[in-house]
Amino acid sequence: MNLAESAAPRPTDVYFFATCVVDQFFPGAGMDAITLLEREGIRVHFPDEQTCCGQPAFTSGFRDEARKVAALQLSLFPNNWPVVVPSGSCAGMMKHHYPTLFEADPVRSAQAVALSARIFEFTEFLVHVLGYQPEDKGADCTVVLHTSCSARREMGVHLTGRTLLGSLNGVTVAQQDHESECCGFGGIFSVKQPEISGAMVEDKLKSLKATGAERVVSADCGCLMNILGHAAWKDEQDGRKTPSLPGEHIASFLLRRTAK
Amino acid sequence: MSEHNLNFMPTEGFRARAKDVVENPFLRQSFRGAMDFLITKRAAQFPSPEELETLRTLGEQIRQYNLGKLPALLLQLEENLTRNGIQVHWAETPDEANAIILGICKAHSAKLMVKGKSMVSEEIELNHACEAAGIDAMESDMGEYIVQLAGEKPSHIIMPAIHKTKEEIARLFNEKVPGVDYTDNVDELIQIGRRVLREKFLVADIGLSGVNMAVAETGTLCLVENEGNGRLSTTAPPVHIAITGIEKVVEKLAHVPPLLSLLTRSATGQNISTYFNMISGPRKPGEKDGPTEVHLVLLDNGRTQAYADEQLRKTLQCIRCGACMNHCPVYTRIGGHAYGTTYPGPIGKIISPHLLGLEATANMASASSMCGACGEVCPVKIPIPELLMRLREESYSAPHANPAMRGQGAGYSRLVTSIWRGWAAVYRSPALYGAVTWLGSRFRWLMPAKQGGWTSVRVPLKPAPKRLRDMLRERG
Repeated sequence: MNLAESAAPRPTDVYFFATCVVDQFFPGAGMDAITLLEREGIRVHFPDEQTCCGQPAFTSGFRDEARKVAALQLSLFPNNWPVVVPSGSCAGMMKHHYPTLFEADPVRSAQAVALSARIFEFTEFLVHVLGYQPEDKGADCTVVLHTSCSARREMGVHLTGRTLLGSLNGVTVAQQDHESECCGFGGIFSVKQPEISGAMVEDKLKSLKATGAERVVSADCGCLMNILGHAAWKDEQDGRKTPSLPGEHIASFLLRRTAK
Repeated sequence: MSEHNLNFMPTEGFRARAKDVVENPFLRQSFRGAMDFLITKRAAQFPSPEELETLRTLGEQIRQYNLGKLPALLLQLEENLTRNGIQVHWAETPDEANAIILGICKAHSAKLMVKGKSMVSEEIELNHACEAAGIDAMESDMGEYIVQLAGEKPSHIIMPAIHKTKEEIARLFNEKVPGVDYTDNVDELIQIGRRVLREKFLVADIGLSGVNMAVAETGTLCLVENEGNGRLSTTAPPVHIAITGIEKVVEKLAHVPPLLSLLTRSATGQNISTYFNMISGPRKPGEKDGPTEVHLVLLDNGRTQAYADEQLRKTLQCIRCGACMNHCPVYTRIGGHAYGTTYPGPIGKIISPHLLGLEATANMASASSMCGACGEVCPVKIPIPELLMRLREESYSAPHANPAMRGQGAGYSRLVTSIWRGWAAVYRSPALYGAVTWLGSRFRWLMPAKQGGWTSVRVPLKPAPKRLRDMLRERG
């Protein structure tokens, strides 16, 4: 549903759930997402006790451990404000898996269902809740967008990133082959099955580079960690000093393009 | 290790087999091309996402409806098949199924069996059993024939020889089929195969086939195929033996068309297969053709274990279209043989643990990035990623009483479990998380240069010098 076009009031306050990957590895992406939201006149609340959505343990088959970590996050968003998550993967965990994770616990189950309705992936929130129309101030450039599998298949928000980039006048969005295919990250999968995961990220990087785009943007830092980690490794192998394909979170890209 | 033994420890050597394929650029390219072709063909069959969604929901409902009353439907099926003159046999294990089939062969002093394509016959390794009993079992599906000539196993449930190029097949025919010169002309290769097989159909004692759907209310066996070999296998020899898993039964004839349409469109991107056989009994008095005896072997082989659990039961919704394999980025990279199981790919990962036990398949579920492509294309909406997570849980949890699955806890490791417990202890405590991540950011230079599988093709992970929470605090 497009809240921006409906009668729902524009929220004045939101919670920001950074995700452990952004907090520890991509803090700049988190800052840029918060700055962008604030520039739209929204008060952004960052509960300091937040850690991780619990997905690593959940997908690894350790549900009890995932539940303990998820229970902490469940208690951090008491007000009825949207919770904005700069990752389709972690948003998917909170929106779609928290309700089943707590189904045996009536109190937490009710909390999880209520929270689920307030979870928004970052680009989804910009497009569908705020009706954000970025005003492009940057020079002409070509980028390629990688959308995470969770954003695409679990959250169903694979179009919002494209919508945002499409509304930047100076930006051409290149089309890569096998766009909807996984980059090979999959959390623990990348460590447990390094050969297969390595082959997947190798193919993904080739597809992205084949477009000739200057940079890759994504709304998921897990994928970026994988793709950019491989790109940097490949550059080292090739003896390159500058990145052959730089990349960043879509929040950082949007903020820079629209900076006053 | 013999091919036969391979099936008992499939995950042993999985990584090594996967690595072999991944490091072979020719095979990588060939699988990618074949899967792209199938993906494109399927997509062309479903131009409307809304129609596809409606059909998938219908397919899911039909399968769940029928599984919901499976025990009663099996009895109804047996009753109606028997009334139609088809002899029904029940087999709990592959050995029992083989014994039943060999018993029928023996009663007819059979020397030659022609086989239509049947994955269940692969599952029970019928060809090995026949060979041991001195019966020549000959595959008549072109792909299966090629694989059999090469002494291999199918690498895909729909396209058994998808891993082979036409040049390889040309060499194989030249080498193994008497009097055949080398030709890599596909039409000629098919004609060669046909010529060999046509003779066999005429002299075979037994025709064996699989079953795609068994209709309980009418006692009808439905068989989907493209080459006509299924029809020949089930009509030319004097005895027809069909074998299938117990989950393939549907109550009503009306359930067949939607499932058939979903099956052919999802599998090969065909609106309808070239042949669709409906078998309702042996030759009747006065009829001039058809087998004089028809048998059906219904195989359990772990299916009732899946059936007993509400969530795992969804595994049995499968109609064996193979779309999950075609769309799987892992299958596309490694092909079917790397899995080591009869059923490869995503469906193989969720069904094999029931057939073989978790001891033999403990690590299979880990070979998934959880991308969800399989669940998205499944024509009967099997939540494959959800089932993979469940299998991971069954495998890695400490062994306990009354498990839902054979081999529960087979992948249990005290070390791994304590690592996850430690992880949870840190991440459930804001204070501990704060301390650990603060240390991580301050001592980022201590991060090792080699980080297991991660750094085989990536630079090492290193936390940022400041965490987001530090940046926010500094900003005020």
